[in-house]
Amino acid sequence: MTRQRQLYLSILLAVALVAGWIVLDATAKHPADTWSHERTAAAEIAGLLHVEWEDRSLNPARRVDDLLLARRVSLALVGTVPSLEDIRLIQSWPEETRLRQWTDRLLADRRFADYFAERLARAMVQSREGKPFFVFRRRRFVAWLADQLSQRRPYDELVRDVIASEGLWTDRPAVNYVTGNEQSPNRLASRTVRAFLGLRIDCAECHDHPFADWKQDDFRGLAGFFGNTKVGFFGVRESGTEYRIEDPDEKEGLLVTPSVPYAPELLPSQGRTRERLAAWTTHPDNPYFVKAFVNRVWALLMGKALVEPVDDLESALGNEDVLSALADEFRASGHDLHELIHVIVSLPTFAASSALSEDVTLDQEEAWAAFPMTRLRPEQIAQSLQQIRSLHTVDEESAFVTKFVFWDETRKFVHRYGDVLDEEELTPRGTNLPQRLFLMNGRETDKATEGGLFNGPGRVAILAPDDETAVDIAYLCCLTREPTEAEREHFVEILSDTHDKSRQRAIEDLYWALVNSMEFSWNH
Amino acid sequence: MESLSRRHFLGTLSLASFGWWTSRALAGAERLSAGPSRPKSLIILWLDGGPSQLETFDPHPGTTIGGPGKAVATSLAGAQFSELLPRLAEEASSLSVIRSMVSAEGDHARGRYFLKTGYRPNPSVAYPSLGSICASELPEAEGALPPYITFMSGREALGGGDLGETYDPFRVWDPIHPPQDVVRRVAPGRMNRRLRSLELIDGNVRRGRRSREALALRREQFDNALALMDSPQLDAFKIEEEPARTREAYGETPFGRSCLAARRLVESGARAVEVKLGGWDTHANNFDLHKPLCESLDAGFSSLLRDLRERDMLDSTLVLCAGEFGRTPKINGLDGRDHWPKGFSVAMAGGGIRPGQVIGATDPEGTKSPTDPVQVSDLFATVLTALAIDPAVEFVTRDGRPIRLSEGTPLERLLAT
Repeated sequence: MTRQRQLYLSILLAVALVAGWIVLDATAKHPADTWSHERTAAAEIAGLLHVEWEDRSLNPARRVDDLLLARRVSLALVGTVPSLEDIRLIQSWPEETRLRQWTDRLLADRRFADYFAERLARAMVQSREGKPFFVFRRRRFVAWLADQLSQRRPYDELVRDVIASEGLWTDRPAVNYVTGNEQSPNRLASRTVRAFLGLRIDCAECHDHPFADWKQDDFRGLAGFFGNTKVGFFGVRESGTEYRIEDPDEKEGLLVTPSVPYAPELLPSQGRTRERLAAWTTHPDNPYFVKAFVNRVWALLMGKALVEPVDDLESALGNEDVLSALADEFRASGHDLHELIHVIVSLPTFAASSALSEDVTLDQEEAWAAFPMTRLRPEQIAQSLQQIRSLHTVDEESAFVTKFVFWDETRKFVHRYGDVLDEEELTPRGTNLPQRLFLMNGRETDKATEGGLFNGPGRVAILAPDDETAVDIAYLCCLTREPTEAEREHFVEILSDTHDKSRQRAIEDLYWALVNSMEFSWNH
Repeated sequence: MESLSRRHFLGTLSLASFGWWTSRALAGAERLSAGPSRPKSLIILWLDGGPSQLETFDPHPGTTIGGPGKAVATSLAGAQFSELLPRLAEEASSLSVIRSMVSAEGDHARGRYFLKTGYRPNPSVAYPSLGSICASELPEAEGALPPYITFMSGREALGGGDLGETYDPFRVWDPIHPPQDVVRRVAPGRMNRRLRSLELIDGNVRRGRRSREALALRREQFDNALALMDSPQLDAFKIEEEPARTREAYGETPFGRSCLAARRLVESGARAVEVKLGGWDTHANNFDLHKPLCESLDAGFSSLLRDLRERDMLDSTLVLCAGEFGRTPKINGLDGRDHWPKGFSVAMAGGGIRPGQVIGATDPEGTKSPTDPVQVSDLFATVLTALAIDPAVEFVTRDGRPIRLSEGTPLERLLAT
């Protein structure tokens, strides 16, 4: 009896302890707590924006509805529009937590790590097509980067790995930063300051910089950090040899000592050459490192950099206080990309309409009182076009065939449409005539909008219980919104009295119009 | 966006909400005038990879650098061509040749950028390509034709850069196939229904959006796309309409067919056309590899010149033949020649270029610099001036800096009076 009681008691105690731990732990990690921190940060930056708007007597644009907000988050984090399945899920959540929950869900999705890794990689390594060995190494690099993002690795640590790693390209994929820039000291020098510090020193390669303070010696000194890096049988290694460059006056070449273009006190005196450069680049007191990254992430989320161009902070003007505040916040968070993303999507700008209250001025957009309207990047249009072919989300969980078709068709689309390579990634571009024709008449559009049992439009035609539902679903799938009254009326009228084939055709026409609309191919 | 105001679309913008897209389809079908009063056009023959000057326009037969090939005489004073270009040698009186081009870029991508834009790559500026400059600055293309058309080129064609995507090239591959995506997939009636629906959806975006410019451009683009889809000018791409004899003369190669289509397009009112002939990067086996390439070039280029002259279109059509650099005088161990930006050749004819000029000479030993060296920027200034485009005209970069179309000085010797 007593023994039994003792057992009961100990079990009870254990249960209580575990329960208590769960409760305590849950409280400690309760979203509300981490949110409150991010919310404070977001509120502080929102305050700065509001001051700017008041100073310039600008009214912020109205807030958009949750679905459009969800569309912006999806396009930014996974590069596609939400599926009908996603939309129904979001609608089932309480309004006040939708944005937070949707962002969290996507941040935990492997698609986010893959998509963001590719975006960040474009600033770091070349994307030359057609060189198989190069393509493999680049792929390894991007996959490694994606792993780091999904493990929530602090950004400064990640960058130190990228700049300083040694070893085989298979075993230590980060070394492909070196091979991905053809192990050229000059390329690596300009790439490093451009990708990680948002500075352009390239012009100083050949002559002193015409617009900024860079001298040719600054460039050579930076290249010097990569001068003793060799690629051989044992992968990327630093060797003891001196770095000499061609010089008309020096027979043996001019000896270059590694040096940094500014803040030399931040450069460690000990260690491997690239490790020293990595430490200097990511040093908390290096004024550009964090700013360059938050500006880039801002551009990926909003479609337009906070200060433009994204890789030329030296000549960029305006919004300095917002950039600094965001940078401070990112540093304080321990270089946590997830938190940075939460802060940016919580800003009033991210939720602001892209339609302005006055159609006469660009001031609202300049001051970030409205969401900037930008054209979607090629991969965003391509993936969205694939996503609308299914009512369900195409993600890690999807069947292999579905995933393969998604990937393969996206690749083909981007190839035909024209990819934006390397550092041009964040340069705003409009649509050109061949792209317009491709969207109107191309095979990819045709496939995405055709009827049939195994395609989104076909299923809508067959399965929607009535015309209104069919129209609503098509709108939700393509534009992540419901149709206006006028739109619903227009399409219901077209759909009425259609059957089988004619109904399929009418739905195909509806999808074609949605896909060719400005709303579909723009971030708005 | 001053260039836009010249364009038709402002006129059509005020039309009723739909129906604006058919306005251009019927224009431009009529036969255009010939002779020097015709608006100028440009055809670029782009030799990608870097052709050897020694196996084309600047042979040095019998020297250590000359290789096994021979040379043929031309009517140009003191100039011979390689024996691989016999038909061009016969047409030499129409041509002018610069044999002393010097560039500072010996890498394909950078050299291509330099020779295609007139500027060395600079990360702060997206310089427009020569074809895009012409698309923007020459009188508008007739009818529905895109302002700048390329054959056989991928991304390396480069585009409008900071002039805007309006001047990006319309890319066509071998004209043995019709251009892609210009055929509507549904019947005209159904297409019109689609467009009416589209107009309704777009109406929502238009409200309150600052993007008037983007919206105006978008309209113009639909307008242009639909006009092109309906245009009888698409027939210009149909080289099968040409007599077999003509097609044979141009050569049954992608390059020959593209040259023929280029002539048909210019005749139909196109302003800038580029034809690419790739494969010149002959680090090994230079002499064997140049034979078929030169054969294609010789047939296409010479037929183009003769055809343009016979149709009285040569005075109004500038033909420019260039690659990103030349090849080393020194022959390497693999019987190849490597990249050589320090003295290579460019040939041109027609459209305001004075024929019969030979500029510069390279060293028969291959060691000294060429005489009368010509900078890439000066070549650009010359071509633009010949086409009556002022090189001093400025465009504005994205970050607001004004940049001249070309910073070079035109070579007076090459300009027709």
